[in-house]
Amino acid sequence: MARVMPAVDVVLVGGGWTGSVIGKELAAAGQRVVVLERGQPRWTSPDFAAPGVRDELKYTRRHELHQNTAMETYTFRNRVDQVALPMRRWQFAYPGNHLGGAGVHWSGAYYRWDPVEFKLRSHYSKRYGAAIFTDDITAQDWPLTYDELEPYFDRFDRLVGASGLAGNLKGVIQPGGNPFEPWRSNPYPNPPMKVPHAPALFGEAAAKLGYHPYIQPTALSTRPYVNSEGLRMNSCVYCGFCSNFGCEQFAKASPQVCILPAALKLPTFELRTGAHVLRVDLDKDRKAARGVSYVDGAGMETFQPAEVVVLCTFAINNTRLLLLSSIGTPYDPSTGKGVVGRNYTHQTSSGVSLFFDESTNINPFMGAGAVAVTMDDFCSDNFDHGPLGFVGGGYIQIQVVSGAPINNRPTPPGTPAWGSAWKKAAQRYYNHSIPITITASNLPVRGGYLSLDPTYTDAFGESLLRITYDFSDNDIKLSKFLTEKGTQIGRAMRGVQLAVGGPRTKPYGVAAYQSSHINGGAAIGADPGTSVVNRFGQCWDVPNVFVTGAALFPQNSCYNPTGTIGALAYWTADAIKRDYLRTPGRVIA
Amino acid sequence: MDNDAPPAGRRRIFLKQVAAVVGAAPLAAHAAASASATDAAAARAGDARSSNGESLPNAWLFFNADEARTADAALARVIPADDNGPGAREAGVVVFLDRQLAGAWGQGDHFYRKGPFLPGTPQQGYQLAFTPAEMFRLGFAKLDENARKLSGAAFADLTDAQQDQLLGQAELGKLDFGPLPSNTFFASLVDATMEGFFSDPVHGGNRDKIGWKLVGFPGVHASYANDIERHGIEWSRAPASIADIT
Repeated sequence: MARVMPAVDVVLVGGGWTGSVIGKELAAAGQRVVVLERGQPRWTSPDFAAPGVRDELKYTRRHELHQNTAMETYTFRNRVDQVALPMRRWQFAYPGNHLGGAGVHWSGAYYRWDPVEFKLRSHYSKRYGAAIFTDDITAQDWPLTYDELEPYFDRFDRLVGASGLAGNLKGVIQPGGNPFEPWRSNPYPNPPMKVPHAPALFGEAAAKLGYHPYIQPTALSTRPYVNSEGLRMNSCVYCGFCSNFGCEQFAKASPQVCILPAALKLPTFELRTGAHVLRVDLDKDRKAARGVSYVDGAGMETFQPAEVVVLCTFAINNTRLLLLSSIGTPYDPSTGKGVVGRNYTHQTSSGVSLFFDESTNINPFMGAGAVAVTMDDFCSDNFDHGPLGFVGGGYIQIQVVSGAPINNRPTPPGTPAWGSAWKKAAQRYYNHSIPITITASNLPVRGGYLSLDPTYTDAFGESLLRITYDFSDNDIKLSKFLTEKGTQIGRAMRGVQLAVGGPRTKPYGVAAYQSSHINGGAAIGADPGTSVVNRFGQCWDVPNVFVTGAALFPQNSCYNPTGTIGALAYWTADAIKRDYLRTPGRVIA
Repeated sequence: MDNDAPPAGRRRIFLKQVAAVVGAAPLAAHAAASASATDAAAARAGDARSSNGESLPNAWLFFNADEARTADAALARVIPADDNGPGAREAGVVVFLDRQLAGAWGQGDHFYRKGPFLPGTPQQGYQLAFTPAEMFRLGFAKLDENARKLSGAAFADLTDAQQDQLLGQAELGKLDFGPLPSNTFFASLVDATMEGFFSDPVHGGNRDKIGWKLVGFPGVHASYANDIERHGIEWSRAPASIADIT
């Protein structure tokens, strides 16, 4: 018999961005809230204190802040006629673990999705004809618009101390900003990042070719800043230990820096770490959740009764919890029926390796996770797709993430992997090479989905999540197009001797890192026949369960997810406060 | 800032530091991280010596004496000492690898190890049951076995050219390592050597920041806020380890 905890109003599963935002909002509204975090409590001070945190081996190679595959991983296959096998160690993505989740080890690239992304199918169908979507593509519109979310984007901007130069203030294009930017009601709270050498060279070449380069917006504070929760952030120092690391500086936005200290002051807010949730428990007729079951740090199964359950785990792990809890009908790719697990996507990423003459010092160690000059000329529907025959787009940029040399030791193609020839090339090119990175949208396909694995289980004996996916031809065409554009820019850059583009090819695989943006399985939608949750993230089938984060994305944008996830979290919190709690147990109209 | 040294000057200083390190005896594996030539010089005498004359620590956490010799010889070919300065052996990478294999990673942390184990497709990634510790133990034994078969001597006692030839065959998967594909072992050996050569010296390798000095990585310097917009400057300040700052 499981231990039973005192009942609460709201239980949130996961102590990352969405759990922290919604938990704090509901606790401030008087709800008794508990956040269950499976990992350990990790705080800026002392856990991420310098110099100890600046350890590439520990944080990047040994996955200090990543989900431990020994405990829980995913299985993968390209097609339904294959046997899915477990990802025995991380190669393709870095799901988060511990307090703050992936909101700690992220890079801080900070975007709002384009208005077109929210109306993808209808927008493209109207402009280019419905046939631009091949039959295998299951992309669908969101049931809400960018305009509806804008006030929530604005709120999240002020929570994370976003840095950037507005390109579009209330519809008026601003000099120096991104002319393709969706309209915003306010400027960024903080000025844009400083520009390192390689991004400057990229911007110069891109402008010369007629494009519109600009400084990538980030959630890395560029000056001392007091955020919307009254919490202090400091200026980024460009130390070059950002992606995969905790930030010692209180500069990179994270739940620990931006919201949890404020939430923990509320008597109605409790954070419980070391609590690994196994499932949502439903009542007999399966129309309402009673609470959640979790295993505590000592291994004891515990039941936490609650009136409302909010799933706030890493991305597609929410889809797994829905499946483990038998909430909603699982998707069946042979019939196209069912919804849970539908519309899995990742990212169509590619790059162009650049090799410079010896007088061009890149100094790759002077950087930050998201310090970049980028361009949106080929994002979203900012260019004519008619003659191209594909849907989607991507941004092209140079970002100086890290010079830490276990992972960053570029050599030109054809260089041996070892020996004196390798060593000579590694020395020659370390300070004279950097890639152009291309981050593109990714479309869901009929045969691509998430389900419970029939064979492999986690450390607690629960089925792992199984990913079945391969790229559509659409995304392969898109990657070829963008990589050619990127290569042209690379060749136009001062100091470049060699530019080698590597477009994404089939088959999709999990043996190389692509991005940590894995999405879908709990699509947001207006139709219960093709979505798991309504426009507020509320489960159609079990109305006192809400789902947050990238699991809701019906398809992936080229833009990084966290800005949109944060806006959605505030949107859901408002809906729960304003609508749901007035008539609990009902689907919000 | 200290960025006024011209490249030629940097190289001369670098070679001097290297000479100091190569001549010194390394730390025992159980001692604190060797972060500087001074530390290394203070280490005890009487270390084991391999046939090539390089010094090895006299205590290992994971390797037996034969494995340590083979490992040291193999990684010394992955990143050799040559005209471009010292290599993995001089950087103490074997000490790094010994600690790593004895520690959590080597023993299977962050490694999903439930069966069934099936071959899979290249897209499905690594599917062997070996932990890193098991893979390296078997791999070094098999490397030695192949060396004895080919030349009648242990791998560590072959000439550089013979060692390179064997490793080159392993890289192509052409050696018989029993259940372990030799190319998988070789790729892991290269990965681990790079880790030991380029990670912070607190982990036991990258002695005297040999790896960082090769490429010009400054380590854990505190801030580049005042330098990041000085495009293309020559950064020549000596690299710093975590242990230098704590």
